[in-house]
Amino acid sequence: MHACPAAIARGRTGRRPGWFPALLVLALALALAFLTLPVLAIFVHSSPGALLRSLGDPAARDALRLSLETTAIAVAIILLVGTPAAYLLATRAFRGRALVVTLLELPLVLPPAVAGIGLLAALGPDGLLGGALHGAGITLVLQTAGVIVALVFVSAPFHLRAAQAAFAAVEPSWGEASRTLGAGEARTFARVAVPAALPGLSAGLALAWGRALGEFGATLMFAGSFRGITQTAPLAIYADFASDFDAALALSAVLVAVAAALLLSTKLLARDALART
Amino acid sequence: MLSLALETRVGAVGLALSLEVADGACLALAGPSGAGKTSVLRAVAGLLRPARGRVACGGETWLDTAAGIDLAPERRGCGFVFQDYALFGHLSAWRNVAYGLPRAVSRARRRGEALALLERFGLAARAEERPGRLSGGERQRVALARALAMRPRVLLFDEPLAALDATSAAAAGRELAGVLRELRVPALLVTHDFAQAALLGDEVAVLDGGRIVQRGSAAELAAAPASAFVADLTGAVVLRGHARRDAEGLTRVALEGGGEVLALAPAAGDVAVSVHPWEIALEPPGSAASGSARNRLDVEIVSVTELGNRVRVGLAAPQPLAAELTSASAARLGLVPGARAVASWKAAATRVMPR
Repeated sequence: MHACPAAIARGRTGRRPGWFPALLVLALALALAFLTLPVLAIFVHSSPGALLRSLGDPAARDALRLSLETTAIAVAIILLVGTPAAYLLATRAFRGRALVVTLLELPLVLPPAVAGIGLLAALGPDGLLGGALHGAGITLVLQTAGVIVALVFVSAPFHLRAAQAAFAAVEPSWGEASRTLGAGEARTFARVAVPAALPGLSAGLALAWGRALGEFGATLMFAGSFRGITQTAPLAIYADFASDFDAALALSAVLVAVAAALLLSTKLLARDALART
Repeated sequence: MLSLALETRVGAVGLALSLEVADGACLALAGPSGAGKTSVLRAVAGLLRPARGRVACGGETWLDTAAGIDLAPERRGCGFVFQDYALFGHLSAWRNVAYGLPRAVSRARRRGEALALLERFGLAARAEERPGRLSGGERQRVALARALAMRPRVLLFDEPLAALDATSAAAAGRELAGVLRELRVPALLVTHDFAQAALLGDEVAVLDGGRIVQRGSAAELAAAPASAFVADLTGAVVLRGHARRDAEGLTRVALEGGGEVLALAPAAGDVAVSVHPWEIALEPPGSAASGSARNRLDVEIVSVTELGNRVRVGLAAPQPLAAELTSASAARLGLVPGARAVASWKAAATRVMPR
């Protein structure tokens, strides 16, 4: 943490600095500058006063509230269904497993517009399951529930991937030891696999939550952008930026802060949980 | 009483064996790595389902592939001490030990029982530590305490001392032997080390190629190995040759690569002969035959290794063999690699067995 890049490049032995370590440091410096510059710019541009004023704007408040509610529900669904699914993938070998993993990861590489079209084709009024949903009295399109569906679709693969890797990294003998000690499969999952995989699970949760908070394209196409119903914070920023750049900037700053806080708190929570057990 | 019969393929090994272990007895299953030893333990615990087989314990059938019975591991009650101990890294030592205690018991009582067991193994002060902060020997004792805490109906040990350094292994071995003596349930232990099998097992069964090739006390196996493989496992020198009966009624074995060995037991054809390293004496080259040792081989000294108060001398004659001497004898003879010597032992110390 305290070593400056030059010290890293020099190495610990004090030998003549090689060109390769210098190249590595340069690459890291470039990546860091490029990836943090836009975020920094948001805070440089928006004064604290403008930030507070934007929070007073009911449209911005609606958008933030909606974003927090929909992402929280989406992440809860992802956790409840995705975690056991990832456990199955990580601990069992079965025919077609590689194919299943690939299919689950497909939304990661899908363009958001394609995801939106796909959701419409599957769950829209004229979609594959549209009739069945209508019969059950469920409407998703242009509704808050539709936002949640879009968020789950685009964010779930992030948690699935991280959770699967985390479960796969747990010593298989721990699970076997748990079984011989009298714990059934469910208890082994709850008492050994989940606690042991907790750091990886929380990383997956943070990634999925961050992705859901930033979701734009699929939500816009599937659920639309109606204030208070489907207009999440990213959609509100988009709606604002042509007319009121300062408001868009301020809302962006709030979104960055919320996302960073979520990322940090999930990491801290996981560390605490691990230290307590 | 634990009884099992199983037949299954594990990787390249075809396992086919049956064995019984009485209550309070410990059977050590010895054999080289990859012989399928661990798979036997896993089949008993229910972690591996053999293609065909039967496992029964105390009148209860745990597995009967013919009858479609296969009890889940959590319903068998096997105390399994894994080779890497498999302690839960996210739980403290006492919580690891308490893990297998019945859930109906209150938390305070479970903690009390776990602490009592840890105390018995001298680990009371380490109860709150996570496994990552325990030494290898401490982890081994926590794993043992955890397996005993659940009041197992069978105890299974997979290479219990393999992950320890020599000093801790010796101490842990003595402690484990003490635990096994007090135990009222059958115990099955696998090891690749015959010395450990002899220390910990009331009986030793030697596993080779997925089959039990010999079973008996360690002393019986060392005195009368059924095959060259068993002799080699017991640490004996094994030489290969061709046997014939001579006019004296002795068996003469012409060794491959040169040299001849005398034995008392009748044998003919291609055989293996074995002799324990501590039965081999070394003399300076060219010394005249004296005493009762009828076997005399000219050997070259290949290596000299100190083993505490004795010395193991690696020899080539030209087949490899080894002698163990006291440090004093080794010093008197001035043994160095490259020097020549005469290795001698009695015909009665030579065991003959089929290859």
